[in-house]
Amino acid sequence: MTAINDIFIITRRQLLLLTRVPEVLIFSTIQPVMFVLLFRYVFGGSIDTGQPGGYVQLLMPGIFVQTVAFTLAGTASGLAEDMKKGLIDRFRSLPISQSALVVGRTLGDSLLNIVVLAVMGIAGFIVGWRPSSGVGNVALGFLFLLFFGYALSWVGVLVGLSASDARVVQNVSFIVTFPLTFLSNAFAPTTGMPRVLQYFAEWNPVSTMVAACRELFGLENQFGATAGSFPSEHPLVTSLFYMVVIMVIFVPLSLRKYRNYAE
Amino acid sequence: MKSVIAENLVKTYDKGKVRALDGLNLDVEEGTVLSVLGPNGAGKTTVVRILTTLLRPDSGNAQVAGIDVINHPEKVREVIGLSGQYAAVDEILTGYDNLVMFGELYHLGKKQAVARANELLERFSLTEAAKRPIKTYSGGMRRRLDLAASLIVKPKVLFLDEPTTGLDPRGRQEMWGVIQELVKGGVTLLLTTQYLEEADQLADDIAVIDTGKVIARGTSDALKKQVGGERLEVVVEQQHIAKTMEIVSSVSGNKAGLDEGLRLITAPVSTGSVALFEVLKSLDAAGIHALDVGLKRPSLDDVFLALTGHAAEVKEDSKEVKK
Repeated sequence: MTAINDIFIITRRQLLLLTRVPEVLIFSTIQPVMFVLLFRYVFGGSIDTGQPGGYVQLLMPGIFVQTVAFTLAGTASGLAEDMKKGLIDRFRSLPISQSALVVGRTLGDSLLNIVVLAVMGIAGFIVGWRPSSGVGNVALGFLFLLFFGYALSWVGVLVGLSASDARVVQNVSFIVTFPLTFLSNAFAPTTGMPRVLQYFAEWNPVSTMVAACRELFGLENQFGATAGSFPSEHPLVTSLFYMVVIMVIFVPLSLRKYRNYAE
Repeated sequence: MKSVIAENLVKTYDKGKVRALDGLNLDVEEGTVLSVLGPNGAGKTTVVRILTTLLRPDSGNAQVAGIDVINHPEKVREVIGLSGQYAAVDEILTGYDNLVMFGELYHLGKKQAVARANELLERFSLTEAAKRPIKTYSGGMRRRLDLAASLIVKPKVLFLDEPTTGLDPRGRQEMWGVIQELVKGGVTLLLTTQYLEEADQLADDIAVIDTGKVIARGTSDALKKQVGGERLEVVVEQQHIAKTMEIVSSVSGNKAGLDEGLRLITAPVSTGSVALFEVLKSLDAAGIHALDVGLKRPSLDDVFLALTGHAAEVKEDSKEVKK
């Protein structure tokens, strides 16, 4: 029970940080909202989806997934920052559960995602996004998104604890996350890509997540790759599988890294 | 009763290439202050990190307040306070927020954590700054807050790793005042420092460490006797170096050291201005004109010179090679 209490205190600290530096919250919501508007009005006119409601219906799941994927960078740079200040030494010398700091951090980042997703959802609604699958499925879609962000947050823990400098973390996370989100079905059909990239895009967890969300929001997954492949036929199962695998690999690795971080 | 015991601690980094601790032995008697004195890279931070459970030694034993550090780190964490070289408090949060958070992490409960935070802020003269984010604090204020955070539950043993490094003289004075108050209150304290003067001001006992080993142990008076009080420094022309070294050595009674680049000859002296006068007289008699000559208060370098025969080299500090 004290472990849960410790985690709660750490998570609360992070929320307190958000109230003290509201810019963080403001910019973490402005950026995705900006993406929504840019993609909606720059590409929306020229991409014919044949879908009722147009491009924005397909775009929103893509941008949701891209945004939660960047949780990796958020968690990583937050931890790297704490490390730089010697704060982690203090936490590690306290009589608290040794995983509290990292678990609390990942939960805090997920709470931030809830806020960001809500703001994006509202922005999307304003520019014409209308999920047609009913409240239950839409909620399930958001739950999927949060879980995906949470899983990637654990990758961020490892990146953040391994990096030598907080600025490096930003760059590394960006280099990992950006191609992953664009080599996918998030913004455009994968059918226009070279063959090799198509295969990558097909199995890319971002693609399966986007496809899963489209399904849950009541759309046909039109930007999907070659029909008939397992990930495009079963995006929900594949995504869930990916998330579990990421957690199974990165939770123990990250916790070990944290315990031995000084070595 | 010994509050801290370290036996034969060995710690290497970089697959054995860097030997940060090389069979180090230490102990601190309950209710006393031990200062671990040494240059950068001597292993000071590594000792503190091992004793505070942040690092595991390659071999050796350590106990804090009777608890085995290696086998029961979680129990050790309940009885220690640590304040490191960098103020380990959250920059963005206020001083008050920080202390309440740490109080809650020590499982004090909200009410008690708040009471304790206010008490500590008052005691370290931070009440006025309590509601300001730490990033607006001066270096000295940060260190005081950091120290306050390490005292939230009265620790049985307190570890301060270079508590005044990087502070301006005023900040250092303030910090010394605060630590002296703690010492009066009877805390058991292990403190590391690069400054002899700091060890002198604060500690009952001093352990001088070099290349991961304790090379001398004693009260500051005893160590100073070994150093020989003050130090004589003479700068001469190149051709007079040999003769001058001879003169300085004979006046000092210790072999004089030489910095060839600066043509600076130094030796510890115990008779102060008398020794200075003697050296000048001898130089004059030898027809040597000194370019510069003076008496310096003993420094860590002198302790080192006296104890090890080599100057305190500046090496890469252990904390920088830890990754």
